[in-house]
Amino acid sequence: MNIFTEPVGVSHYLVVGAVMFVAGAVCMATKRNALGVLMGIELVLNGANVNFVAFGSQYLRPGANIGLDGQLIALFVIVLAAAEAAVALAITLNFYNNHSTVDVDQADELKG
Amino acid sequence: MEPINWHSVFFMLFSLVACGFSLAVVLTSNIVRMAFYLVIALAATSGLFFLAGADFVGAMQIMIYVGGTLVLLIFGVMLTAKGPFINMKTAAGEWILATIVGGSLFVVLLSAATNVPSWQALDERPAEAQVTATRLGMALMGARVDALEEADPVTRRGLSGYLLPFEIVSVHLLVVLIGAAYLARPKKRARGSADSL
Repeated sequence: MNIFTEPVGVSHYLVVGAVMFVAGAVCMATKRNALGVLMGIELVLNGANVNFVAFGSQYLRPGANIGLDGQLIALFVIVLAAAEAAVALAITLNFYNNHSTVDVDQADELKG
Repeated sequence: MEPINWHSVFFMLFSLVACGFSLAVVLTSNIVRMAFYLVIALAATSGLFFLAGADFVGAMQIMIYVGGTLVLLIFGVMLTAKGPFINMKTAAGEWILATIVGGSLFVVLLSAATNVPSWQALDERPAEAQVTATRLGMALMGARVDALEEADPVTRRGLSGYLLPFEIVSVHLLVVLIGAAYLARPKKRARGSADSL
């Protein structure tokens, strides 16, 4: 097939990033389990990371890549996603302890 | 017969695994299976990072994301996966709406990704491989050793390194750790609801 002999460009990576981003966005919108929403957030951030690393790669675009900036932004996104997952999980577990459910449809009152 | 481009073969493998298991995360309604499919999808994106030349980011993806964040998510799944919460189905109307909106977003992103001429594949490839860990470490300390020969003086003014974001992220991590530990502290139940953990 053509793809097995021809080199891969930035556009291929962007398509992969788009699939992961849309999958994460649909996951955030449709899941009723609060942990499912958190998994959607992780997918969105990884889709964006794939884009950043693709633009910073010197193999995919030898002349016009953004170099190390792409990889550094991806590193910061990974670290911030880990921090945000920790806090979101603490909130979810608190909600579970108080209401005995993780259904986000039951989280419709502001009172804790 | 042209020679096989192994870079493209591995790219197709990793990207099919990543995209396929990302879609599996969306389509399944079992929370434990979602967590496992997410682990595989993120490990495959680490392979994609290695293929793009970002070896340090790929290693950090496996160590921090798969080995840290997803383990945390699996802890949360295991603590809350009781009975009716394992399989929670979404209504069909919501699926239709989400498919329409998600599909249109995907069409927009796909057309943007494939129609820019400067993003298409090039035939020549640089020969030498670079280890990125040293350059990343020096850039985080404020010395951009990857752009020492930058000729444009306007661009040179912006190459001051990433020391400030590094410090900001460090303090952010400290704040998050303290906040999460305080939020997740053991406390007395307000009212006797379901069984205690």
